[in-house]
Amino acid sequence: MLLARVAEEKIASLYRAGKIHGGVFLGRGQEALSVAAGLALRKSDVFAPLIRDGAGRLAFGEPLIDAVRTYLGSRLGPMRGRDGNVHRGYPREGYLPMISHLGAMISVVNGVLFARRMKGIPDVVGLASVGDGATSTGSFHEGLNQAAVERLPLVLLIANNQYAYSTPNHRQFACRDLADKAAGYGVTCHTIDGTDFMECLRVLPAVVARAREGGGPQMVVARLLRLCGHGEHDDAGYIAPEFKTSALGRDCLHVAEEQMMQEQAVNAAELEAWRTETMEKVERVIARVQREPAPDPFQEDWRAIQTAHLVEVSASANPVDSRAPGAPQP
Amino acid sequence: MSVTYLEAIRAAQARALAEDPRVFIYGQDVGAFGGAFKATKNLIAEFPGRVLDAPISEDAMMGLAVGAAIEGLRPIIEMQFADFSTAGFNQIVNQAATLFWRTQVPCPIVIRLPGGGTSGSGPFHSQNMEAVYAHYPGLVVLTPATVEDAYSLLLAAVALEDPVIFCEHKLLYYHLKAEALPNEALPLGKARLAREGRDLTIVTYSAMVHEALAVAQELCLEGWEIEVVDLRSVKPLDTDTVMASVARTGRLLCVGESWPWGGVTAEVIARVVSEGFDLLDAPPQRLNAKDTPVPFHPNLWAAHRPTARSIAAAARTLLRS
Repeated sequence: MLLARVAEEKIASLYRAGKIHGGVFLGRGQEALSVAAGLALRKSDVFAPLIRDGAGRLAFGEPLIDAVRTYLGSRLGPMRGRDGNVHRGYPREGYLPMISHLGAMISVVNGVLFARRMKGIPDVVGLASVGDGATSTGSFHEGLNQAAVERLPLVLLIANNQYAYSTPNHRQFACRDLADKAAGYGVTCHTIDGTDFMECLRVLPAVVARAREGGGPQMVVARLLRLCGHGEHDDAGYIAPEFKTSALGRDCLHVAEEQMMQEQAVNAAELEAWRTETMEKVERVIARVQREPAPDPFQEDWRAIQTAHLVEVSASANPVDSRAPGAPQP
Repeated sequence: MSVTYLEAIRAAQARALAEDPRVFIYGQDVGAFGGAFKATKNLIAEFPGRVLDAPISEDAMMGLAVGAAIEGLRPIIEMQFADFSTAGFNQIVNQAATLFWRTQVPCPIVIRLPGGGTSGSGPFHSQNMEAVYAHYPGLVVLTPATVEDAYSLLLAAVALEDPVIFCEHKLLYYHLKAEALPNEALPLGKARLAREGRDLTIVTYSAMVHEALAVAQELCLEGWEIEVVDLRSVKPLDTDTVMASVARTGRLLCVGESWPWGGVTAEVIARVVSEGFDLLDAPPQRLNAKDTPVPFHPNLWAAHRPTARSIAAAARTLLRS
């Protein structure tokens, strides 16, 4: 949680300094839920994170440098500048790179689970992460229904952070609670306080275990508040002040720190040392990635299919423009 | 013994299932029912657990296929009608088509689209989707016109590491017959000279190949020799074969059953004009369906799409120009 928070704050500051291409999307306020999801999974499980799952990605095993490389567009990153920011992953390792269309990853997780079942690989769970906005999409409905029909070990984690971009819950859905939707799919639902680190740590492994034991798809609805804009371009002026002062608005990282001190798992001095250590680690990784090469249009193969001999070579295709900004001079 | 276009598609799927344990079929009513057109008839009995009925969820069907392809399986997705693939469009063009480029993980999926007009089918059971999918990078788009190609191109598609849009023409399903299934085939990506000639080239694909061949036969009686190029694959598009034909004839008529704006006929003409303008003795022409939804009534439908009659008229005008 701390590593995700510190790394994302640093990336946000690079964004404000104009050093990031494209958007920056923070998980601020969602780290407790996300990290608990990542920790609840095994490395051999399937994880389809969404934009606010920086903490869960780290917990699932993504090296910090992958996130930094993808944000900074390093050629050495998993997406090599072809895709950026939160769009990263290693599909073959069960770590699925999201597309931007909400709810679309649910059925892809289903497909991985379906294939592993067909191949006879036991004890797999797939976790797809979505927000309140995704629950309005057709993909969400089709994906959850499909998982239920196939009785797949899917955990569908819904972070209800009260706003989909700027749209509040009451303009997003009309049911009393998102959890009410689960019954319509024949799916069990669990509701949790996403700001409560200990509750997240307790519930998510239990839910994942239920799915692993053959309990069918599980839905989790977590209540929390996004403590930032949709992206760093967004000042989030639309968030109602009463939310910020309510229990939903408390910072899950502070809650976690207090809970751990209460449990005497850590003391204030140790926490401070963790913070310093984490800052140094993040600074080191960013400094390293900033020295790495950017993608080079002349070295790109510009090939969208695997089968090389079926690639179209058309004279009318746009040649690489040597005058493009950042392009090396011939 | 003869085999129909539809039987060839069923036979290709049976062979793919038999030869490759990674293959499975997923689609609406494809199981015990055998599919809306019976393209999967009895396959569930021969290959239990590998032919699965899907809910009416084109988006989730495609998403599941992508996940399974990531895991190394080779899904064949039957869209009940090509028209309904628009309900799964996002997963096809944004998920399946981008996966390899984004991650270097191939996405071997065959998406079978029973398409094209038949009398009485109307606006939502008649569409041709090849141009729409060919527009997106990351997809291979095949349009078999013959029984032999329905069989061999489908097998080639299943063997490919990339997502394939396989455009089957419903009009050919029952009526088009061959003596036997082929033992060998032209490679995928190569167009076929369906008929040789020297006066005019008609470039077309799918069911329109048969209209064009009828025109070639008819104009032969008038002394014209029409060459017919069957593209077989619209993406990749075999520009070399088209250009070689135009070099022989100097005249090009491109025919497609799809709508006129953009699309395969426009692409062929754009390539010929930009890469082989000096080969042309007359302005190249194209013939497509009218720019309206596909009509229901046979009187309207027959006038909506190109037919041997309208193709022959266009060819005569071009031959005289």
